[in-house]
Amino acid sequence: MTDAYLPKISVRGLRKSFGRKRVLDGLDIDCDSGESLVIIGGSGTGKSVLVKCILGLLYPEAGSIRIDGGETVGLPRAARERLLQKFGMLFQGSALFDSLRVWENVAFGLTQGRGMERHAAKEIALAKLAAVGLGPEVGELRPAELSGGMQKRVALARAIAAEPEIIFFDEPTTGLDPIMADVINDLIVKCVREVGTTAVSITHDMVSARKIADRIAMLHQGRIVWHGPTPEIDHSGNPFVDQFINGRAEGPIQMEIRAA
Amino acid sequence: MLRFLATIGAVFLGFLAATGRLAMFAGLALATAFTPPFYLRAMLREMVNIGYFSLPVVGLTAIFTGMVLALQSYTGFSRFAAEGAVATVVVLSVTRELGPVITGLMVAGRVGAAMAAEIGTMRVTDQIDALTTLSTDPLRYLVLPRLIAGLITLPMLVLVADIIGVFGGYLVGVYRLGFNPEAYLNRTHQYLETTDVVSGLVKAAAFGFIVALMGCYHGYHSRGGAQGVGQATTYAVVSASIMILVFNYLITAAFFGR
Repeated sequence: MTDAYLPKISVRGLRKSFGRKRVLDGLDIDCDSGESLVIIGGSGTGKSVLVKCILGLLYPEAGSIRIDGGETVGLPRAARERLLQKFGMLFQGSALFDSLRVWENVAFGLTQGRGMERHAAKEIALAKLAAVGLGPEVGELRPAELSGGMQKRVALARAIAAEPEIIFFDEPTTGLDPIMADVINDLIVKCVREVGTTAVSITHDMVSARKIADRIAMLHQGRIVWHGPTPEIDHSGNPFVDQFINGRAEGPIQMEIRAA
Repeated sequence: MLRFLATIGAVFLGFLAATGRLAMFAGLALATAFTPPFYLRAMLREMVNIGYFSLPVVGLTAIFTGMVLALQSYTGFSRFAAEGAVATVVVLSVTRELGPVITGLMVAGRVGAAMAAEIGTMRVTDQIDALTTLSTDPLRYLVLPRLIAGLITLPMLVLVADIIGVFGGYLVGVYRLGFNPEAYLNRTHQYLETTDVVSGLVKAAAFGFIVALMGCYHGYHSRGGAQGVGQATTYAVVSASIMILVFNYLITAAFFGR
């Protein structure tokens, strides 16, 4: 008898609407343990909504989200808090806490979420800052004193500080210059490979997607319209994917543009 | 006519729904007080912010309120030769009504607005979602310390405001209106009862809770960037001010209503 195939994350029939607008429309996707999955798609197609549903920040109207085989939709508050200890998240705008110093931001999940003693948590925080190329002097600064690229690196350090099993990256390179974007991509690849974490990234930056993904999935109109290994994306034969990766205005994807 | 009634009904239902949402928000936040972790440092920080840093504005308001009250009472009561009641009117008005209400309104403007702006900014910049992903309940970490700090700190602040307000009345009574200092002080505590002070402190606790609750609630539910945060700040101050006046009547009726 062999073990049944058990993806790390399994999403089935996920539906989520905001008012009359249906953002996710019966979405299905799996992500294996240790895999780096990148979800691409245009702006407003529901990529962030999908991640927020998996994290439990938004409640889907229907569907199933399983982590390690266990259903997570409708989990009670305490169980959700325990589950969240498996996750790390890098937000699009970094979402660093303004009122705390940089090292306190990185150590937050350890001190507050896991009750670790501050001194021990600070040592880990400084080590994680070093891992993303930031010195200990940066740890004493406030987030407002950092550049956008440095904030992203701090946010990455915070996401990996507790060595989570699954990390979500929401538009990790948006708003960065190409060099800093590549630095962030390298750091993501390094962090994911070294720790063996399962990574789910959402982006519309194809350079970033090609660099960090083992597998790419394309989201359009609330559903996954294509998914496959990264090298296959250029030969997908899918008109949605072809239009998106080549950045063409003409094609099956029609942007919602209204004349003034 | 039917459309008119339907509009009234819709407004009433909307009011009930909003009240229910607010009550649920407060209930969920208070429920976190019974299980660890407890964020005592955050609560102490909020107590200093609400209490210590509000002292200048509350002190100034209280002293001038007491001074004006003494002056107005004197000019009014002198019409029927009741000037002797000035000290009593000042102390009763300050401890029962003006101390808690003016302190509540000042704190609503200073602290309630700041709470709504801070939490609102955290909401629109995903910091509240970040808290959740770091296994930290935002209601427990952000809201509960503020609610408890408001509840505990405002009575202390009102006690200080009461003393300063009565002192303001004393200054005007003695140095402007020519009352004998000893007679003024005697009149001040002669008719003052424990209930007068206690009712004011109960009001203060309620107002502190209301200010913190409205600041947190509107900040927590703000949407749409800087404009949304600005709107949340306005709603927090306006709704807290209205609720302070409504609860002032209800608590007064509970203590002194016949």
